[in-house]
Amino acid sequence: MKALFPRAGFAAGALLLFAAPFLTANPFYQRVAALTLLAAISASAWNVIGGYAGQVSFGHSVYFGIGAYAALLAYAKLGWPPIAGLPFGIVASFALSIVVGLPSFRLRGHYFSMATIAIAALAGILVTNWDFVGGAIGVMGPARARSFADLLFRSSLPYYAIFLCVLAILLLFTRLLQKSRMGFYLRAIGSDERVAQSLGVPVRRYKLYALLISGAFTSIAGTLYAVMVGFVDPNSGFGILISVNMVVMAALGGAGTLFGPLIGAAILVPLGEATNALWGARGIAYVAYGVIIMLLARFSPGGLAELGRFIVKGWRRRAA
Amino acid sequence: MILLQLAADGLLLGAVYALFSSGLTLIWGMMNVVNFAHGDFVMLAMYIAFFSFTLLKLEPIVFVPLAAVLLFALGGLVYYALVRHVMRGPMLAQILSTFGLALFLRYTALWAFSANFVSLPSGLVGGVYDLGGLRLAASHLIAGFSALLLTLGLHLLLTRTDLGSRMLAVSEDRVAAELVGVRPDPMQALAWGLGAAATGVAGALIALFFYVSPEVGNSFLLLAFVTVCLGGFGSVPGALLAGVAIGVIESFSAYWLGPATKDAVVLALFILLLWVRPQGLFGRA
Repeated sequence: MKALFPRAGFAAGALLLFAAPFLTANPFYQRVAALTLLAAISASAWNVIGGYAGQVSFGHSVYFGIGAYAALLAYAKLGWPPIAGLPFGIVASFALSIVVGLPSFRLRGHYFSMATIAIAALAGILVTNWDFVGGAIGVMGPARARSFADLLFRSSLPYYAIFLCVLAILLLFTRLLQKSRMGFYLRAIGSDERVAQSLGVPVRRYKLYALLISGAFTSIAGTLYAVMVGFVDPNSGFGILISVNMVVMAALGGAGTLFGPLIGAAILVPLGEATNALWGARGIAYVAYGVIIMLLARFSPGGLAELGRFIVKGWRRRAA
Repeated sequence: MILLQLAADGLLLGAVYALFSSGLTLIWGMMNVVNFAHGDFVMLAMYIAFFSFTLLKLEPIVFVPLAAVLLFALGGLVYYALVRHVMRGPMLAQILSTFGLALFLRYTALWAFSANFVSLPSGLVGGVYDLGGLRLAASHLIAGFSALLLTLGLHLLLTRTDLGSRMLAVSEDRVAAELVGVRPDPMQALAWGLGAAATGVAGALIALFFYVSPEVGNSFLLLAFVTVCLGGFGSVPGALLAGVAIGVIESFSAYWLGPATKDAVVLALFILLLWVRPQGLFGRA
C-alpha cells in the first residue's frame, strides 16, 4: 500500500492534469483550468525559497511584475512578440536576487518577511511613478496576433498546454533539487538556520541559489501571465496580493512539499473564481483566504500534506 | 517659516505614529511575534470612530476611549484564540497567523464598508489656530499631544508599576516568571490588549483628520515597521523618538519630493536600516 499509493496517485493526478481541459467545452472552465496551472507555477516557484528553505517572502510579486513587464515592454518598446521578453525577465530577476535578495538574507524569520513586504511596496511605488514603463496606467500587449509568435489564442487550451509544460519542468527540477545535496541543505536551513550553519552548511550561498531559481521561475510565470492576458499595470504586476496568492496556495497544499502548491492552487483558484462569479466582489475570496490561513497556522502549519499524513496514520493505526 | 511649519506638522503626526508603533513594539518585545495585522487594527479603529460619529452621534471624547476598549478586547481575543497556539510553533505558522488575520480584517472591511473613502467632518474638534505665523489644526494638536502623553504613559506603566514588572518578567523568561508566581498567559494577553488599544486610540485620533478606507492599514503597517525598526525592536521610548523622527522625515520629503514619493523615502530608509543595522538605531545587538 505504502509503495503503491504514491505511484498510483501520481499517475492518476498526471492523467487528470492532461485530461482536465478536455472534460469540458465551457470556455470559462477552461480558462479557470489554465489560470490554476499558472498560479501553480508561481506558487511552486515560491515554494523553493519559501517552503524548502523556510524564508517566508511576501516580495515575490516583484519577480512576477518584472516578468510581466519584460514581456509587454518587449512588445511596446521594441515591437517584439511578448514572449521574447522572457530572457530579459529572467536576467532582471537574477540581478534583483543578487542586489536586493542577498543583503536581505542577513535577516531571519519575521525580519526577513518584513523586509520583503517593504521591498514589494517600494517596487510598486517606483513602477507607478516611472513614466517609461507606463506609470499608473500600465502596458498593453498586441491587440491581435501579428504572427504565431505573439501567442494570442482565443481558446484557453493552448495556454493550458504551455503552462502544463512549464509546470512539469519546474516540478521535475524541484524533484531533482529535493534529492540533491542542495535540497538537504535547504531543508536544514528551513528547520534551523543556526544549526545548519554550525554544521557547515554555507547558508547564505545556498539561500541565494534557492532565490535565483525561485525568482527566475516566478518571473517566467509573470511573462506567461502577460502573454495570456495582454495587459499589466502596477497593481496586477506588483500588488501585494500577487505575493499573497503564492504564499497561501503553497501553505495550503503544504509548504516544502513537491505537489503542495499545485494542490493549493487547484483548490483556491476555482474557489476565487467561483466567489467572483457569485458575488462579483473581489474581496470575498480574500476573506476566505484569511480564514484559511489562520486555521492552517492554528491547526495544521504543514498544510493539507500534514493533514493527509495525519489522517493516513490514524487510519493505519485503526486498521492494525 | 515653512521649515518650522513642516517640522511642527511632522512632529504632531509622528507622535501618533509613535503611539501605534509602540503597540507593535510591545507585542514584539513580549513574545517575539510580529503583528502583521497591526495596520488593519488602526483601520478598524478609524472605522469605529467614523461610525460612532455618523451613526451614534458620539463625540470624540467618547469614541476615542470606545475604540481603545474595543481594540483592547480584540487584542486579548486574538492572543487567546490564535497567537497563544502558534507563537512557539514553526516560523511559517507564526508569520501566517497574523498575516491571515490582516487579510481577513482588510477584506471583510472592503466587503462591509465598500472601497469608498470616507472621512469625519473637518473641524470636528475645532478649527485652525495661527500661532505667530505657524498654522496648526486643532485636530493635529489634540492627536499629537494625546498620543505623546499616552505613549509616555505606556512607558511608565511598563517601567514603574508592579504590573509592568510582571510583564517584563514574562518577556525575559516565561518559565522563570512562572516559577516566581507570575502566570504568563494573562500577561501576554495584556500585552496584546494594550498593543491593540494603542492602535485603537491612534486610529480614532487619525480619523479626525485623515480619510478612512479598507486599504489604509497597509501604509500604517509599513510605518509601524519602520518606526519599530528605527527605535529598536521592543523599546517603547525608542518607538517614541523614531515615530517623531519618521513623522518629520515624511513631512519634509513630501514637501521636497512630492506626496507620491514620500512613502518611497520612508520605505527605502527602512530597507537600508534593516540591511545595515537590523537591531535598530537605539537597539541593543
